[in-house]
Amino acid sequence: MNSHDITLTVNGRVTKISVEPRKLLVDVLREDLGLTGTHVGCEHGVCGTCTVLLDGRSIRSCICFAVQADGAEIRTVESLASGAQLHPLQDAFWEKQGLQCGYCTPGMLMRSVELIEENPKPTLQDVRDGIAGNLCRCTGYQYICEAVVAAADRMRDGDGHDSGENQRAASTEASTP
Amino acid sequence: MKPPPFRYCAPGTVAQALEELVSHAEEEARVLAGGQSLVPLMNFRLAQPGYLVDLRRIDELARIVLDGDVLSVGAMVRMSAAERSAELNFAAPMLSEALTYVAHPTIRNSGTIGGSIAHADPSAELPAVVLALNAELVVAGPTGRRTIAATDFFTGPFSTALAPDEILCEIRIPHRTGGQSFVEFARTHGSFPLVGVATAIDLVDAEVVHVSIAVAGVAATPVRAEAAERVLLGATPDDITIRAAADAAATALAPSGDIHASSQTRIDMARSYVRRGIELALNRAENGR
Repeated sequence: MNSHDITLTVNGRVTKISVEPRKLLVDVLREDLGLTGTHVGCEHGVCGTCTVLLDGRSIRSCICFAVQADGAEIRTVESLASGAQLHPLQDAFWEKQGLQCGYCTPGMLMRSVELIEENPKPTLQDVRDGIAGNLCRCTGYQYICEAVVAAADRMRDGDGHDSGENQRAASTEASTP
Repeated sequence: MKPPPFRYCAPGTVAQALEELVSHAEEEARVLAGGQSLVPLMNFRLAQPGYLVDLRRIDELARIVLDGDVLSVGAMVRMSAAERSAELNFAAPMLSEALTYVAHPTIRNSGTIGGSIAHADPSAELPAVVLALNAELVVAGPTGRRTIAATDFFTGPFSTALAPDEILCEIRIPHRTGGQSFVEFARTHGSFPLVGVATAIDLVDAEVVHVSIAVAGVAATPVRAEAAERVLLGATPDDITIRAAADAAATALAPSGDIHASSQTRIDMARSYVRRGIELALNRAENGR
């Protein structure tokens, strides 16, 4: 049997698994590990819904063979909430209505985790540029971008409330065509 | 949409990788770098290699070293790591600038410098950059290493001077102190450009003593805009010279049209973007950037 033994640390849990080389990382996550939060969209690296973090950086798990991730730490959308306690990003998506059908959401969230880590105080334009590789067919992106800015505010302040400063910035930019 | 079966290895040295390529030649062994072009092609089954040699464990290929006047970029350096490299930004600012146009950050986290060059998409940014920077490509094969000038490397769309049993290891870029720029027009953020222009200009007392301009998206390979370079070399460029150079570049082109843009649109676009590229590079040369 043409298979390889690999070790993945997925959301902190070390997993040893035997996979065929052609098996895509997203399919290992969904089919072998039961983590169906990560979605399969275009399957050729265009839509971004399969985005996960590999050693802290976002990748598209539909154009990554699982064997390429051998030894890596993977974070999926399942890592964000702890029990019923939503991650600030999830909370902000909920509150700002940053999703409709929800198909793009796992990719949007994981890319946004990376974006806020790199830039803890993103402007609305930073977020627009930052998530340009993730497609959403429902929302028109506006509420997604506002949710990411709001989440960054909360994560920075740690007080669970939007800071007035960034809200003003968001509303000013939102009125610019 | 899943890739066809193949066998796989991830050797730790270039020598082992070369052995794998030779011993699995009958299975149409191919090198796997970041996989951002090859894996989609395999998902579509447009590419069906029987054996993949993954270079990701070879540390030697993931280094960026500035040694005197030569910047050495390992072929497996991830694009996002290259973007963050101070040495690279210092020695080859055009490459840093071009990287910001390559797809999206998530793709650049996996995609490699060498992978993009060896893939040789005629519209891609990095092949034009290495052409404009007169880079040398260091290639390892069964009989040792050889160096290929960027001008000889690209032989057609998605075709290079690399033999099936060779591996692109290193991109050697001469450090120039003048002005550099990369500009492009793409339909949407992160898409392949319709036209991309890489420009390097050195000035001495306002006179152009070196100029190289490479254009992506207008031919089967990236091409040097030699006619434009001839107009600029030795000149003290003003607006009229720059426009003459851009006209000369456009006149020399005969791109094929496609669903995205007609031949004439691409020519007009090349004229505009060559002019913008020259203006930006000149401005930076004058201001010491």
